[in-house]
Amino acid sequence: MNEQSHVEFKGENMKTPIYMDYQATTPMDPRVVEVMMPYFGAKYGNPHSRSHSFGWEAEEAVEAARAQVASLIGASPKEIIFTSGATESNNLALKGAAMFYRDKGKDHIITSVTEHKCVLDTCRHLEQEEGFKVTYLPVQENGLISLDALKDAITDRTVLVSIMAVHNEIGVIQPLAEIGRICRENKIFFHTDAAQGAGKIPLDVNEMNIDLMSISGHKIYGPMGIGALFVRRKPRVRLRPLINGGGQERGMRSGTLSPPLCVGLGEACAIAEAEMASDNERIRLLAKRFHTAINDRLPEVILNGDDEHRFWGNINLSFAYVEGESLMMGIRDLAVSSGSACTSASLEPSYVLRSLGVEEEMAHTSIRFGIGRFTTEAEIDYAVEHIVKAVEKLRAMSPLWEMAQEGIDIKSIEWADH
Amino acid sequence: MAYSDKLIEHYENPLNIGSFEKDDDGVGTGLVGAPACGDVMKLQIKVNPEGIIEDAKFKTFGCGSAIASSSLVTEWVKGKSLDEAGEIKNTDIAEELALPPVKIHCSVLAEDAIKAAISDYKEKSAAIAKGEAAE
Repeated sequence: MNEQSHVEFKGENMKTPIYMDYQATTPMDPRVVEVMMPYFGAKYGNPHSRSHSFGWEAEEAVEAARAQVASLIGASPKEIIFTSGATESNNLALKGAAMFYRDKGKDHIITSVTEHKCVLDTCRHLEQEEGFKVTYLPVQENGLISLDALKDAITDRTVLVSIMAVHNEIGVIQPLAEIGRICRENKIFFHTDAAQGAGKIPLDVNEMNIDLMSISGHKIYGPMGIGALFVRRKPRVRLRPLINGGGQERGMRSGTLSPPLCVGLGEACAIAEAEMASDNERIRLLAKRFHTAINDRLPEVILNGDDEHRFWGNINLSFAYVEGESLMMGIRDLAVSSGSACTSASLEPSYVLRSLGVEEEMAHTSIRFGIGRFTTEAEIDYAVEHIVKAVEKLRAMSPLWEMAQEGIDIKSIEWADH
Repeated sequence: MAYSDKLIEHYENPLNIGSFEKDDDGVGTGLVGAPACGDVMKLQIKVNPEGIIEDAKFKTFGCGSAIASSSLVTEWVKGKSLDEAGEIKNTDIAEELALPPVKIHCSVLAEDAIKAAISDYKEKSAAIAKGEAAE
């Protein structure tokens, strides 16, 4: 059990720590848990069993879930492959397409420097082990790729472009429809990692000319351990499977499906589809409340990433002259994550923020605040109080803040390396 | 990351935050680290005519371990002679706060900060002595 305690705030009884790490994972929606339960108990059939009602019942549930996933993104159920999660989906999309089309003279992939590690690492693997060439597009200061740079990178050997939909660290939304159009014009497949995008922003695979799309269950209030890959049928995308076996999932992903997980993902998608507009409106209002209050009370706080093309459930802020990890210690009542990788052993500032051109010292001061379906207004107000108090305290003890107040440009000082 | 109670106490209620006028005769200032690395420590000592550190203050931009290390050393140097203060080792700081391995550099920085403050004080008093001798 998660160790939560209760505090009184503005007359309300609130559970702390307050969960603001929705990009790491979302809590399961209780409605999702409810529909999953029978498949852990009485409904235990193998969906691939064809000779009895146990199997038929499970198959029916899995196929209904497949249709729910498809509906969320405007696809046909036949185009949905269940996987273990977005990491597997991204691996299957990239390696699967790359390896299938390699014999046809296609050995070039285009992606961006700010993709999730599982895309970047897969690309590195294809470069180092399989001889592919990969172009890593830079991003602009606002976190978006340049469409001209994309056009320039395309060659007649390009097989695939992989650009994520909504960014996990800074929340920016890439121009998917424009990327899709460019890819279609050049007869190149377009894959998007929509782990943070599906269910959060309207996505239509046909309108946006998306050929492959990765989806994760636990980022949309569904279960961990399941995801999906959309694989377009017209024009058809062929993939070489990563996992061989009984030929399930149209031969692209063998292995027995888990009906409770499939049903959970399906329900999560159905709820997201039905409630996206109202969820987003709520989240946007909470985000504005949060961001405005912080800005009103604290000078020199920077929002990382484009302020228009973004999903507001992800707010990545740099608090100048305050180090991110000490700030996280100061707001221990909030479950957040540092934009910089300080929590890991590397102690390096985030490669994403560095790619945006954020100065290293500012990249060290960043924290990502996630707002989601279950965030309340009282929680936002409580978070603001805590953040303001902690930042003021840390600035009061920051030599850099002191210098800035004295008008000393910290860049004019010769700092020693260590 | 699990931190020791001592570290958390120093982070939450740090001792000796603040600044002395750095141009005052008895004050030595050490500024170490770099913003790009995520740690900057400014440690100041106030030395009496007998060569004893009467008071110390710090300001630190850095993680909780860096703040706690600064707080601890400012407390430790008080009442010590310059030589005694110069003998404080980063390993003593790391041990006292039970710093995890990835945070050892914070204690190194704190040791560097004391040494820098001491050497700043010594340079300054040497310059003053020279000035007085010239008069």
